[in-house]
Amino acid sequence: MNRQKVNIDPTRYQTMLEQASPNSKLGQGLLRAFWVGGVICMLGQAVADVGVRVLDMTAPAASTLASIVLVFLTALLTGLGVFDKLGQYAGGGTFVPITGFANAMVSPALEFRREGLVLGLGAKLFTIAGPVLVYGIGASVLAGVVFLILGV
Amino acid sequence: MKRRGKQTLELSNRPWINAGAAIVGKKEGEGPLGACFDRVVDDELNGQSTFEKAELQFYMDAIGTCLEKAAVKPENIQFLLGGDLLNQIICASFSARALGVPFIGLYGACSTMAESLCLGGMLVDGGYAGHTLCVASSHFCTAERQYRFPLEFGSQRTPTAQWTVTGAGATLVSDQPGRQPMARIARVCMGRVVDLGVKDANNMGAAMAPAACDTLCALFDDTQTGPGDYDLVLTGDLGQVGSELLLELMVQNGHKLDERRYTDCGLEIFDREAQDMHAGGSGCGCSASVLNGRYLPLLQKGDLRRVLFMATGALLSPTSSMQGESIPGIAHAVVLETWR
Repeated sequence: MNRQKVNIDPTRYQTMLEQASPNSKLGQGLLRAFWVGGVICMLGQAVADVGVRVLDMTAPAASTLASIVLVFLTALLTGLGVFDKLGQYAGGGTFVPITGFANAMVSPALEFRREGLVLGLGAKLFTIAGPVLVYGIGASVLAGVVFLILGV
Repeated sequence: MKRRGKQTLELSNRPWINAGAAIVGKKEGEGPLGACFDRVVDDELNGQSTFEKAELQFYMDAIGTCLEKAAVKPENIQFLLGGDLLNQIICASFSARALGVPFIGLYGACSTMAESLCLGGMLVDGGYAGHTLCVASSHFCTAERQYRFPLEFGSQRTPTAQWTVTGAGATLVSDQPGRQPMARIARVCMGRVVDLGVKDANNMGAAMAPAACDTLCALFDDTQTGPGDYDLVLTGDLGQVGSELLLELMVQNGHKLDERRYTDCGLEIFDREAQDMHAGGSGCGCSASVLNGRYLPLLQKGDLRRVLFMATGALLSPTSSMQGESIPGIAHAVVLETWR
């Protein structure tokens, strides 16, 4: 008995798929990202201001202090199991600032601890943050070479 | 003649499903089917030191509960057909280590429960086994850390993403009725791999729907039956997007499903709104626990007389995804009838 090949055209299926798949709520997503990201940046600014005005630090040192505080808070919240919920809510708002990078380092550390300190934690620490380091540092080297050539 | 048409097999001895067990995690226990499961384990580590060991414990508990209900000992089982989502299916293998039963390890991704029931049914019907144990499990934490991101990573899930169910289901298939038989396996249809070029690993339902359509149409055409001949068509974990697409595809292929007699385990296991589950549940444990926890008992009572159970799987790997490959899907179908 000859069974007909089931009739599903791939291009048509792609159209059906797009219609059936709900899109992310862009408006809501953007709003959440902006307000949470904004608060995080304000917090960083506040720490830097305290550094300069109260602790008598230089501006660069105060910015470093701000980074340290934000990284610490992120690590703490990640360890407490709270940060992932914040990330699900805020999306880019937590991912784009330094908090995203910190979370990307701490979460694999927590996760792969179970496979041992060397081959687990040690090896997998940079699974998510790795590309940021590779391409960020790579780009800065390239920029440095270009500036050197241009005599900037 | 055992073969019907191109792909369907008639299990003329109609093997008996004598027991089923479902053990699930906290979120599944809090869902609409919470009361159906044999046990809800709140601790995601299940008292173990790693998530993998926890999933193994779920697996063993499901097997133990199933055998207890049927009053059958491991030494009387001829085959353990089991699978899970972990690399090298370690859960299934390690459970076989504990049980000492000849082991057939299966990988069908989320279609494993149906795959194991098809093969278990065939082994019993063919006289190759008196008892086979068909088991499948998944665990949210083990799946996340293997396929996606570390658990504490703050990424956003897309609306089409599904949540891997933490749960295990075990079914005992035998050649004779036990003390409390539940159902009988009448026919099985093992599926072909179908790939329509869907690449988005966050939209597995869409990747699997074509395979589901392919297998369903094969079964209907081979047996000259239609959706109206079954009290229920139950898919494994197509989720919201996948089920919508399946319904459309079936209309296009001349076998319109009755929406009142169609449901999907991934849609049933969670309250998608209240539990923020996006497109629904997924994982081997989804169809395994919902079938064993809710639908086998309904067949046992006779509330449902004939159920077409079809679990679907997305046969990708993290490597294939990263290399830009599309996601092949597969679906296996089992026709279950009440034992009465």
